[in-house]
Amino acid sequence: MQFLSKRFDYLFRSTRGLTLVAIAAVSIVTGIWGTLSGPMVEWGVRDITVKMLGMDLIQAEREGRIIMLYHTIAMTIIAIEVYFMTEILPMKRHEQVMINGTITVGYLLAMIFGMGFAYFGHNFAFHGLFLVGQSLVFFSGILLVIALWPWKKEYLLPEDTPYARTKKGVDIERAAFFVMALATLISATWGAVAGSFWANGHETFLAEDLIRIPHKTALQKAIIGHLHIMLTLVAIGITLIVGKWMDFKGKLHQWAMPIMVIGTITITFGALSVVWMPWAHNTIYVGSVFVMFSALLYVIYSWDKLIKEGTADIEKPNFSQKMKALLDDPLKFGPGWQMVFMNFTVSGVGIFMAIKLTEIFRVWPHREERITLTGHWHILASLIATIILFYFMDLSGVKGKLRKWAGWIIIIGSNFAFGAATIFSMKRLFVSDIEQQPLVNSTMLFIEFGLGAVLVLLAVFMGWRLIDLFVKDGVWSNEFEAEKKSNAQADIEDQKRKLAELEATLKEVSK
Amino acid sequence: MKKIIFSLLMIGLLATACAPAPNVGAIEPPYINTGVDSDAWATVPAGDFLFGQHDHVTYVDEFQIMVTDVTVEQYANFLNNAVASGDVSVGEFELEAGEVIWHREGAGGFYEGDPFDGYKHEEEIKAGDKLYISLEEGLRMTYDGAAFTAMDAYRNHPMTMVSWWGANAYCEYYDTRLPLEVEWEKAARGTEITENDHGRPFAWGTEIHGNYANYYSSADLFEKMYGKLGNTTPVGFYNGQTYDGYETHNSVSPYGLYDMGGNVWQWMGDDHPDQHYRHMRGGSFYTYEVDLRVWKFNSAGPQHYAPEIGFRCASDD
Repeated sequence: MQFLSKRFDYLFRSTRGLTLVAIAAVSIVTGIWGTLSGPMVEWGVRDITVKMLGMDLIQAEREGRIIMLYHTIAMTIIAIEVYFMTEILPMKRHEQVMINGTITVGYLLAMIFGMGFAYFGHNFAFHGLFLVGQSLVFFSGILLVIALWPWKKEYLLPEDTPYARTKKGVDIERAAFFVMALATLISATWGAVAGSFWANGHETFLAEDLIRIPHKTALQKAIIGHLHIMLTLVAIGITLIVGKWMDFKGKLHQWAMPIMVIGTITITFGALSVVWMPWAHNTIYVGSVFVMFSALLYVIYSWDKLIKEGTADIEKPNFSQKMKALLDDPLKFGPGWQMVFMNFTVSGVGIFMAIKLTEIFRVWPHREERITLTGHWHILASLIATIILFYFMDLSGVKGKLRKWAGWIIIIGSNFAFGAATIFSMKRLFVSDIEQQPLVNSTMLFIEFGLGAVLVLLAVFMGWRLIDLFVKDGVWSNEFEAEKKSNAQADIEDQKRKLAELEATLKEVSK
Repeated sequence: MKKIIFSLLMIGLLATACAPAPNVGAIEPPYINTGVDSDAWATVPAGDFLFGQHDHVTYVDEFQIMVTDVTVEQYANFLNNAVASGDVSVGEFELEAGEVIWHREGAGGFYEGDPFDGYKHEEEIKAGDKLYISLEEGLRMTYDGAAFTAMDAYRNHPMTMVSWWGANAYCEYYDTRLPLEVEWEKAARGTEITENDHGRPFAWGTEIHGNYANYYSSADLFEKMYGKLGNTTPVGFYNGQTYDGYETHNSVSPYGLYDMGGNVWQWMGDDHPDQHYRHMRGGSFYTYEVDLRVWKFNSAGPQHYAPEIGFRCASDD
């Protein structure tokens, strides 16, 4: 019994444990539901999954199922980011416990009952519990925003801090997290309001199916705005998190954080104003420039830091020594690299499409344009997932050769896959329908090989973490001990602060 | 670093180790007689049916529709007749789409243009001579300067590489028209109510397997010959017959139509205001099974032609 309760304690009461559970949950969902599409269908795996699990796949409801699947995965990824935030950002211990507890119950309810409703018959009690889960995730977001309030006295920064601050000492990085969390809540509301009209005039759709319909309803536009900004905010969230991981500070930090705040506000307003403003896209472009510039400053800082740390013992390092230092730790090099790579496979594609829309993309059949659109956001979502993996592997203490192999497999595998996917999605630029088969075959091979490598690595990593749970003094145990220690210290600090407050109150009353 | 270079080399080798795949335009399959009459028409009676993915009850008047897609042979005959009657000419045609202009040798004729409203992203389809088919790789007929002749292996395959103008002209030449989307969908799914109170998702029912229709990676006879993307199948191929050991499902629609899912996308007759993209229905041998669901559509400008796009005609009479 103690064996179980110790593990349960670790998995549901520590940041690492909670993150591990969430990654495992996403892995299981991805593993099972990944068999329902792509090459798995061709290999007959889908039929086995459907039969074994008793799935009920009604053709007319496919789009609805997919939307619930996306939401389930998105809720879990948001939970992971929230766990990271409550660990790395100063906040009261009880706030951390409340936020993590609420979001955990929320995403698990949303995932279990959302998938139950979507894929195993339509039990509407399940749908209700799916909504309860999402509401809890939203509620934890409110708690997070309250906890992050950057104007609290205890979170003000001193004048000599190397981190971005206002003249009055407000921590601008904390403000960036706060703005991102608040924007996420507003954007979630946007989707929820539109979603509440479901079956009451609003019909389920995938955004990529609507691109060529000239007159879209306000509800359709609200959902298109919602899905774009939610993914963007998740990307902003992980950028800020890895900034903390790399201890982003100094001049670049002082520039990057205010820019990120402005960018987040602008891009959120732009995406949501799609509903009523014909020039909303221009606002989005301006916001994107700010956000991407801020991310660029992070990349410059983190790579410069890696080079400096890696060549600290060399008096005048040459180019190859600097490169060696930069590439020495793929887990720390990876986040910045994936952000740079994203420009070629996501932002670049998006900008190119916007510029050449009538000249190229609207000349292609809808299906080709649709593939490009679907491809670019799948790639962004997957790149975010790889950055989460880099960070979590580092937190898990993966070291030495394993660290290098893991890091480079993720970078090379994902870059091959997403590079090939980008070429595949833009294939009409290079080949006609008649000549496409060799290109399709080769790009598919790269996609399958690259993604396969990353997924196998993930499976090995998760397998190792699972086996480790059965070891008495495994990694989990050390992580839990360390976290308990830091929590205890935080609790003491909290108590001290509280004591000081009470003493001050008593003093004031006794006067 | 050495290991990274080694891994990259291995991946490169793996990619280049694969044999080059043939282009669809470069292959010639054996002639297969399906026994289905491509001149046959079916009547779709007037009445309500469930339209679209969300099953909107919609009324459609009685109409006639071709049992199969128009074949390469039928189209070659049309071109020869229309060239002789002066309705079609052979030469160079200008194509315009998305501010881009290019030229193609082929056969074409006059089109009266679409109404233009100047809406955002709206393409203006002006009156003028338009390209029906281009004399280029992938066309399954030959032209010797005097007459068009269907390639023997492909004469009962659906006519492909035909623009919307070319499809429209064919139907109009025989006093018929391209089907409207609502008509096509009714002809495909009928009025039956199936799983969870939805209309039929596929022309033949609710399930789909490899031998039901010609779609991407359906492992049909032609994919076995030419790789995953495969090729078109002769019209009416999926009629329950067994060809060279390959057993097909009888994938006929409630009104007796063949190929209402897979094989080739079919041009629709509707002109959608404020954009003028022409829709296509049915999915094709290039697309996954989800595109074979009766409500799914693809679209392109009327100048577009491709090896996976064909058509059939409809008529009010």
